Amino acid sequence: MAFERDFDQGTPVVVSDEKVRLTIDGRQVTVARGTSVMAAAAGLGAAIPKLCATDSLEAFGSCRLCLVEIEGRRGTPASCTTPAEEGMVVRTQTDRLKTLRRGVMELYVSDHPLDCLTCSANGDCELQDMAGAVGLREVRYGHEGAQHRTTPPDASNPYFTFDSSKCIVCSRCVRACEEVQGTFALTIEGRGLASKVATGSADFLSSECVSCGACVQACPTATLNEKSVIELGTPTGVVETTCAYCGVGCGFRAETQGDRVVRMVPSKKGQANEGHSCVKGRFAFGYASHEDRITTPMIRARITDPWRKVTWDEAFTHAANELQRLQAKYGPDAIGGITSSRCTNEEVFLVQKLVRGGFGNNNVDTCARVCHSPTGYGLKQTFGTSAGTQDFKSVAKADVVLVIGANPTDAHPVFASRLKRRLREGARLIVADPRRIELVRAPHVEATHHLALKPGTNVALINALAHVVVTEGLVKQQYVAERCEPDDFERWARFIADPVNSPEAMEGATGVPAAEVRAAARLYASAPNAAIYYGLGVTEHSQGSTMVMGMANLAMATGNIGRDGVGVNPLRGQNNVQGSCDMGSFPHELPGYRHVADDATRELFEGLWGVPLSKDPGLRIPNMLDEALAGAFKGLYVQGEDLAQSDPNTQHVVKGLEAMECVIVHDLFLNETAKYAHVFFPGSSFLEKDGTFTNAERRISRVRKVMQPLSGLADWEVTLGLANAMGMGLRYAHPSEVMEEIAQLTPTFAGVSYEKLDALGSVQWPCNAQAPRGTPVMHVDRFVRGKGRFMLTEFIPTLERSGPRFPLLLTTGRILSQYNVGAQTARTPNTAWHDEDVLEVHPFDAENRGLTTGDLVLLASRAGETTLRALVTERVQPGVVYTTFHHAKTGANVVTTEFSDWATNCPEYKVTAVQVSKTSGPSAFQREDRRRDVALRQVLEGGPDVTR
Amino acid sequence: MSVLTEKVMTRDWGKPGQHAFKGYQERGGYQQLKKVLTSMQPAQVTDEVKRSNLRGRGGAGFPTGLKWSFVPSLEKNTKPRYLAINADESEPGTAKDRFILEYDPHLLLEGIGIACYALGAHTCYIYARGEFKHPSAVLDAAIADAYANGVFGKKLMGTDFELDVYQVRGAGAYICGEETALLESLEGKKGWPRLKPPFPAVVGLFGCPTVVNNVETIAALPRIFEKGADWFARLGAAKSGGTRLVTLSGSVKRPGTYEVGMDTSMKELIFDKEYGQGMPEGRSVKAVIPGGSSAPVLTADELEVKLEFDAFKPLQSMAGSGGVIVMDDSTCMVRSLWRVARFYAEESCGQCTPCREGQPWMARLLRKIEEGRGELADLDTLMQVAQSIAPWPPIGLGNTICALGDAGALPVQSFVQKFRKDFEDHITQKRCPHGDKPWGTYGEFQ
Repeated sequence: MAFERDFDQGTPVVVSDEKVRLTIDGRQVTVARGTSVMAAAAGLGAAIPKLCATDSLEAFGSCRLCLVEIEGRRGTPASCTTPAEEGMVVRTQTDRLKTLRRGVMELYVSDHPLDCLTCSANGDCELQDMAGAVGLREVRYGHEGAQHRTTPPDASNPYFTFDSSKCIVCSRCVRACEEVQGTFALTIEGRGLASKVATGSADFLSSECVSCGACVQACPTATLNEKSVIELGTPTGVVETTCAYCGVGCGFRAETQGDRVVRMVPSKKGQANEGHSCVKGRFAFGYASHEDRITTPMIRARITDPWRKVTWDEAFTHAANELQRLQAKYGPDAIGGITSSRCTNEEVFLVQKLVRGGFGNNNVDTCARVCHSPTGYGLKQTFGTSAGTQDFKSVAKADVVLVIGANPTDAHPVFASRLKRRLREGARLIVADPRRIELVRAPHVEATHHLALKPGTNVALINALAHVVVTEGLVKQQYVAERCEPDDFERWARFIADPVNSPEAMEGATGVPAAEVRAAARLYASAPNAAIYYGLGVTEHSQGSTMVMGMANLAMATGNIGRDGVGVNPLRGQNNVQGSCDMGSFPHELPGYRHVADDATRELFEGLWGVPLSKDPGLRIPNMLDEALAGAFKGLYVQGEDLAQSDPNTQHVVKGLEAMECVIVHDLFLNETAKYAHVFFPGSSFLEKDGTFTNAERRISRVRKVMQPLSGLADWEVTLGLANAMGMGLRYAHPSEVMEEIAQLTPTFAGVSYEKLDALGSVQWPCNAQAPRGTPVMHVDRFVRGKGRFMLTEFIPTLERSGPRFPLLLTTGRILSQYNVGAQTARTPNTAWHDEDVLEVHPFDAENRGLTTGDLVLLASRAGETTLRALVTERVQPGVVYTTFHHAKTGANVVTTEFSDWATNCPEYKVTAVQVSKTSGPSAFQREDRRRDVALRQVLEGGPDVTR
Repeated sequence: MSVLTEKVMTRDWGKPGQHAFKGYQERGGYQQLKKVLTSMQPAQVTDEVKRSNLRGRGGAGFPTGLKWSFVPSLEKNTKPRYLAINADESEPGTAKDRFILEYDPHLLLEGIGIACYALGAHTCYIYARGEFKHPSAVLDAAIADAYANGVFGKKLMGTDFELDVYQVRGAGAYICGEETALLESLEGKKGWPRLKPPFPAVVGLFGCPTVVNNVETIAALPRIFEKGADWFARLGAAKSGGTRLVTLSGSVKRPGTYEVGMDTSMKELIFDKEYGQGMPEGRSVKAVIPGGSSAPVLTADELEVKLEFDAFKPLQSMAGSGGVIVMDDSTCMVRSLWRVARFYAEESCGQCTPCREGQPWMARLLRKIEEGRGELADLDTLMQVAQSIAPWPPIGLGNTICALGDAGALPVQSFVQKFRKDFEDHITQKRCPHGDKPWGTYGEFQ
């Protein structure tokens, strides 16, 4: 695709039913009332010169290039700040305007280095374009006097430079940081000619900048420019694709030279992000070409053997033979597969098809098991569908937002920016989190209530909130009567009104003052539109599913389901968690959340696939590991998940893996799990394949191939290779054919096709005959299950409790610059912000233990021990410690336990009783793991080269 | 009438204890506020102000009552409303508000009470120029005095109307005298003017309806209610009610701040014995800046102009803030303009390009000409830069977000157009015909 800049109409798109008609340069145009003259002209193709205007930002009116003449008005108003009016007659090109614009450009250029030919923005510079557009031919001022042209650039940020000598002080970066990102890290320092863009500290890296790239995106010159562009030059091609990091699913333009990615630029066409991005998606794509990538298949007989490089055919044949040998020896149920929430829908579909149709059992599970499985369960029970209710845009209509167990500014930054924008407009915020997450108090954002509950007491809190709603007459009676099952509501209302669920009774458990809970409940219940957004702080508990249902109850009781601005919304951790669940990754469900025991569904699949399917649910991940230790489970195909780092109780996981005879790891890197593998299939990054991802708002977006797979095969082709080596005879020429099969078999995907995705950009399922363009908001007139069902949610405290040996509670989470187990981000310059996991400890607990920030501490639970550095901070409450799990050398999951959600086995990552003490070196586990890092990762030299 | 027979605004200046509550009250102070609060409806107050022809004394001369009437009714907009007093008196050549603050601060405070009652505002911020150390101290003491004597607080003058008054001090930026930059600064932000519309009367301080009035404007209110709107209107001339405070400086025998009638002429101001008492021995008038340094300059032939607001329009100049600067025949117009240009270059906020980049260039070009290095083409360039910021004449067509651009561009155009020979002499003689003078330091824009 040829390189072309995104269209920029200069001022934000205005939506209005009211239209006005005006004449611009003799041509008539009709636009929505409130549209600027500039945007109206841009729509006609009559672009008015501009520098400070861009349609992601409110009009600013400072460059004075966009002046126009309007009949009947004095002077030359700025077209960016002048709304179009009925009957207006505008002239955009006159001699007077030409002189004015040339005058402005002459002033700009008098303080600008004239090095266009060697400038990194050459050919991609709006200043250059405008100089051409206004016909600037001379600069009469000379270059004496105060100048900025000699200021040295700030290259502290790993990804972009700030070269203020090229700055035209249009404030686009400052405004982008405020309006789009909401971080307020930039300002204009000084006044008059001395005005300059500045951070609050010495340079970008040490400032509050979160490196989202909004300023780089907004900059019209080379002042803020990607280092990759400086190094490689301007891109020549562009491919629209979808980010492979978190569940926000941002649309990106991969801008390329040949098959090399020069930069990733957030796409305005991306409906989840609308042109915004975060540090991960925007910049941290270097892992895809990292030297650690394995590009040749490898096999070995024992995990202590060195890896031997082989051809794809040999790898497929070897793997198929092993799996078939194991099934012959130990029975058909002795093997299974794990799908990846990082891979495409099509790839997930194929893996589960391989397991169900090829392995002949239902032993398929996914990494969603360890994150959002309770969401699927809880929302299905109450609403009838295993997904969030809204699109992201909906938050712009919310009046009160309740964020529970989620840290969007770190984990879902682009959604957080939308949320912050709404909060700055005046929406109120309630945060329920043991930690003081950033949203509790950030620039121009402050939570009205921070319910700092003790880890593991979510259900107590949600019940207390609901208790207030029910006992203080805040239930939306009419909504409940019309939309919900009456008997279930009555039963629930009686249960929740019981004084044991009152904020006062629950205060002991949650630690949240009853008055605060009551105030928060009233705020939520009395808002015209109240929305709940939640994350893994809800699901990763022994009562994760209960909590999901508790939130659904609260939303139904207050009438907050079924329109814009409300809802119960999971913030999905990975790019395709939603999709991997949709695609039938769970051992009990075929694609579309239909139970394997359902004969009609099974017959549908059997008919198309031509094989009999098992009606018995298969093993979940923890069961596979348990069965492996029991000697009954022997072979596993793991696509794109690092079980040994991400699953709880690492030592238990490792023992399970060691007990298997054939572990097939399919990944970009020799990850932790690969240390215990016998076959390694090199994976392909999202840049190397076609497919689709489904984000947290059920949005199905295209992933498009930017470069050839380094290993020669895309992941879906690898799964096909294995399946066909096992004799399945699958034939797909392109992932689009897989999607056709998905659409054929799955009612909610019936209307999805690559053609439609290309035409619409993306669609939100359900997408079928009833909703051919998809469904942004669910449950509008009725719940998917018919009537909403209130579920009883008794609070049962977790068995994981602090005590004399382990007096603190550990909870875990994510940080902005890193992602999950760090496989990708730890192999990028994102380590500039976070190069190791640290343990947050409250000053009280630190003082008791004689700890200061930077001390090496031993973190011990009944499951295991690890060491990391302490960070003493009041962000955590006394008695609670917190860490991230991004770095393998920390292995935070060594300490997490086997406890899990009662309904779905989602691990209880968020509550582990621990002790923290000063130490001087790595734990025994870490020392052994370091040894294994070397011993179990030997690769023999030589072998075939399969790369294309 | 050429010379004011009765002092109105300055009536009590310098009288013993006038700056304190007691002295002010003894001379009849706070009677008008009491009267207004107890006998008039807010709408009646606004009507009276409209009838009085009171016009804004900060520079634009906008009718005060009309400005108040732009504040939406409480039914249309339930947000709180604010009164902000612009005491950021910074226009070069202007020193009048500071004397109200120093000599008669309670006159302002009483006016604030009346205005807030009319507007339904329960909070007033007085934004004082950062350099006003002494006036601010006097004002602070006066505010405290007024609170102590039951004027402000929960019960304004004992009525059920609540009013709090605060003084906020600026940090030394000229731009903060622009009303929307002033509001930004009050909100704790960088003093950058806002785009208009919306105007402050609709979306002002903290997004609420806000009226911004000059000190002298509000201080006139007690007088209006003392003797009536009709009296006040008659006291003035044409559509400008009342009297004016002007600051006379430059080449006159007796510079100072004077109260003048609206129909007093510029010539009378300069030459009358009550005011300037004429030029120094052997000097004649060359030029007069009539309303602070941003007002287009007048020549000696234009001195018959009355000091009333509308009288300056035919001359394409303005009454402005009442800072009258007289220049005699020994004045170098290039050097004078250069000084003015340096001021606006220094004070440009930096938001809009023509002003940010253009003002410094005008200062540089003027220096070049003054130092005898200029060429005739520089004069054209100078005028083009000025015109790209704000063409002149006519006045009021500025191309920038706020009027600071105009303020820097109009002097350049009026000086060059009216005194072009002075500039050309510098260029042809390659030196300043007025000879070398001590330079001093001129800051960044040399």
